[in-house]
Amino acid sequence: MDILNLTAVQLASLIKSGEVTAVEAVQAVLDQIDQTESEYHCYVTIDREGARKRAREVQEEIASGRLTGKLAGVPVAIKDNLCTQGMLTTCSSKILGNFIPTYTAEAVRNLERQGAVILGKTNMDEFAMGSTTETSAFGVTKNPRNPQHVPGGSSGGSAAAVAANECFYALGSDTGGSIRQPASYCGVVGMKPTYGTVSRYGLIAYGSSLDQIGPLCKDVTDCATILEAIASHDEKDSTSVKRGDTDFTAALNADVKGVRIGIPRDYFTDGLDREVKEKVLAAAQLLKEQGAVVEEFDLGLVEYAIPTYYTIAAAEASSNLERFDGVKYGYRAEDAGELHRMYKRTRSEGFGAEVKRRIMLGSFVLSSGYYDAYYLKALKVKAKLKKAFDDAFAKYDVILGPVAPTTAPKLGESLADPLKMYLGDIYTISVNLAGLPGISVPCGTDGKGLPVGLQLVGDCFAEKTLIQTAYTYEQARGEVR
Amino acid sequence: MANVISDETIEYVGILAKLELSEEEKEQAKKDMGKMLDYIDQLSEVDTEGVEPMSHVFDLNNCFREDIVTNGDDREAMLRNAPGQKDGMFVVPRTF
Repeated sequence: MDILNLTAVQLASLIKSGEVTAVEAVQAVLDQIDQTESEYHCYVTIDREGARKRAREVQEEIASGRLTGKLAGVPVAIKDNLCTQGMLTTCSSKILGNFIPTYTAEAVRNLERQGAVILGKTNMDEFAMGSTTETSAFGVTKNPRNPQHVPGGSSGGSAAAVAANECFYALGSDTGGSIRQPASYCGVVGMKPTYGTVSRYGLIAYGSSLDQIGPLCKDVTDCATILEAIASHDEKDSTSVKRGDTDFTAALNADVKGVRIGIPRDYFTDGLDREVKEKVLAAAQLLKEQGAVVEEFDLGLVEYAIPTYYTIAAAEASSNLERFDGVKYGYRAEDAGELHRMYKRTRSEGFGAEVKRRIMLGSFVLSSGYYDAYYLKALKVKAKLKKAFDDAFAKYDVILGPVAPTTAPKLGESLADPLKMYLGDIYTISVNLAGLPGISVPCGTDGKGLPVGLQLVGDCFAEKTLIQTAYTYEQARGEVR
Repeated sequence: MANVISDETIEYVGILAKLELSEEEKEQAKKDMGKMLDYIDQLSEVDTEGVEPMSHVFDLNNCFREDIVTNGDDREAMLRNAPGQKDGMFVVPRTF
């Protein structure tokens, strides 16, 4: 048996039954990291000693029956924008290059309570701003399915680590597709839950009204299990929602009879790659054969999601990133003179080009004289986008489409034209604007052998419908072809 | 390009954003921001007459809780992250 080929849930079950120890599991992953990390660069920080020590402690607790969680003893990788007490947390930015948090993010705490073993922190686009993990200040991550290509982003390190067996599962964050798109590019499962389901306490904010934490993992069973573990109502996040139905694993039933699935006609336009389109429609056909009622419909306003998103996300980012001023933590420019010059020099030297671009745009759309025309207008269009989804969910249980218009682009081809890169977010971004849950499931590969992702979107709080549909698809699909 | 960003605008945004850009960065920022604003201008095609701006998808109200300290005294650990510290306080450059 090769431990590395096990899913997180399978591994936990073998650890529980005593066939594998948590110490063996962590060693297997660390050996794999030694083999492949120099090529893929999934991590910013790897805590080998900490992980081994923690695995020994967790193993004792499992053996003594004190720890019985469904993920106890399983090694996990954490995106580097989630605070981990005593462990470097950089957001892949020079400005936080030496930051050691004094507390741990609530979602990570929830995993620790279940006996998770943290391996380290994964690479990402700087402050989660990007779609390729190429804006990281600490080097690019390569796609394990084909190292000539990007892993996607911004949770590219997390997706690549799962795909490369450099962890059993990972946490990521999703502001406009940052979990679902890299999951799609790397051929793994990724999910963004309904806004407010997972506490954002300890997640270094990018666009606070859009950010959600979620799992990147090997299959839908792992996805439901991890989400069940990290979801919690938390007084420390004032946007956290009190919901009682987070027993997501109860939805792991292969049954879609009568489930109404809508396919937005306006997703299947010229910009969509032919092979991606074929694979996604084949997945829809498979769900139909399983008993789902599949129909096409017009969602509307699709092309307006991207300008709406970039206005709102940039505005929120410009405000959220004001805290990086060289006083309390992180980088400070040397010999900058008086205070205001120090602020400016620190931020100019500490932030990368994409982050500066978004802070500038955000500052502009919020500035006096432009606020109504840009920011307020975007909030109004957002209301209309939400209404379009409300209308769709009056008719359908699940919306089905692609995750991204293409498979993973080659390294180095995306950053030259930011606007073109932003257009790749067209199918994922509206889901964040409307606060909806969305899941990315592998549905095939293109002619170059690169994975294609199927996106299923549910109404707010309808994760169970989504998980059940995704699980049914996965069972019917079998091995990805 | 419909949106032409002037030098004054870039200066002003630099002040708001607390960023000091090189001449080269300024020229690039003018181009990038102009292009982005042209793109965002598409939103004017959407009729939003009478639509309330939506800041949050759920009807969130203020969430109140008792003001009770639950965390410990992390002063030393927090100060260790600071670029400058002295006598339990952050050190900053002169302010005038």
